Amino acid sequence: MWLFFHKLASPPYFYALAGRLIPWFGSICLLLTVVGLYLGFFVAPPDYQQGEAYRIIYVHAPSAWMSMFIYVVMAVCGAIVLIWRMKLAEVMAVASAPIGAGFTFLSLASGSLWGKPMWGAWWVWDARLTSQLILLFLYLGFMALYSAIEDRRIAARAASLLAVVGVINIPIIHFSVKWWNTLHQGPTVTRLDAPAIDLSMLIPLLLMFLAFKFYYATAVLIRARHELLLRERATAWVRKLLERAGA
Amino acid sequence: MLTIRSPSQWINPLVFFVLVVALFPLGLEPSPATLLQIGPGVIWVAALLATLLSLDAVFRSDYQDGSLEQLALSHHPLPLLCLAKMLAHWLTTGLPLVLAAPLLAQLMQLPPSALPVLVLGLLLGTPVLSLVGSIGVSLTVALPRGGMLLALLILPLYTPVLIFASRAVNQAAAGLPYAANLYLLGALLVVSLVLAPLAVAAGLRISLS
Repeated sequence: MWLFFHKLASPPYFYALAGRLIPWFGSICLLLTVVGLYLGFFVAPPDYQQGEAYRIIYVHAPSAWMSMFIYVVMAVCGAIVLIWRMKLAEVMAVASAPIGAGFTFLSLASGSLWGKPMWGAWWVWDARLTSQLILLFLYLGFMALYSAIEDRRIAARAASLLAVVGVINIPIIHFSVKWWNTLHQGPTVTRLDAPAIDLSMLIPLLLMFLAFKFYYATAVLIRARHELLLRERATAWVRKLLERAGA
Repeated sequence: MLTIRSPSQWINPLVFFVLVVALFPLGLEPSPATLLQIGPGVIWVAALLATLLSLDAVFRSDYQDGSLEQLALSHHPLPLLCLAKMLAHWLTTGLPLVLAAPLLAQLMQLPPSALPVLVLGLLLGTPVLSLVGSIGVSLTVALPRGGMLLALLILPLYTPVLIFASRAVNQAAAGLPYAANLYLLGALLVVSLVLAPLAVAAGLRISLS
């Protein structure tokens, strides 16, 4: 078990393993997306209140979940970077950030598309919307800090510290916004607390959630491989790899 | 001490603070009702920005003349030294803002009952701004143009302070109970007082490496 982790931390081993996993994860993601979207868009019944427009939930909710999940992954990798200075954790944290920002943006964009027919406005200062927006800025800050520092290892450590500080702050921000909002405008539109969601709608939602997870796994491994190659371009194993590819 | 000897360092943020607050009535209709409604928020946003602009002073000059490295090498614990630096920053920029607040409360037509809450909120909130902001400074101090980046890094982290503090003033002005918001500000202060020096020390070590 420990041996596996030690091997995982070595760049050449990770590079090869990720290369083998990517097609699997990718095809699982594709399969789940197709089945999930089919069930969600064609099989699940329309909502009795929101009609067909509710179907955006199959994109919206999983991306919102993923946006938070990825930030936590980033922060855990960041803590590993700060404590053990593991190269691979740096690579994973850095590779995760743009994907997480993408999911955050997707959840905001799909949410506003949903909000227009439901609430009559593209944007309301609802607690969840606001904290999601701040999460997007935290992602952008992480990426901006990483790209501003030239030395990649120092940059990764600085960004890791920021991610850890951010993860302490996320619950505080979340609750402050929540209380601010409830103090501010009384009852608001809350989703998902309508009578428990029907099974025929829940199954496609969970499928889509898994599909997004596998998408993240695929994308992060691809990005991590690239980042790894760039960083280790001077080492013997990359040179051997290139020679083999060239031959 | 050095900061007090060069008055521009502590007067400029203060003037900026007053100026930003004074701009809002010019841009809006200066009726007492409007001012009362936006006053607490405006004062607090101006305080955030004034702190943000003054934050560079915490470590920048020490970094440039190398004394920051000497601090990091000294046998005293670095988090403690950082805490002293942040305290000095608050005394020279945060405290003047607190003292200027009664004047601004008059400008924004806040009722006298809200004044103690505003001052107390600033007293609890501005140290948090200095502490949390220093984390951002410690990470960007080695960069040539860190200003814009600094804003991007720390303004999202400032949102809870802004929310609790301006809410407290609003509620006091409306005659509602406001204590919970001040307690939460106090909690934020305690948490950042404990954790921020550690984060700043770690950030400085990264920046200096």
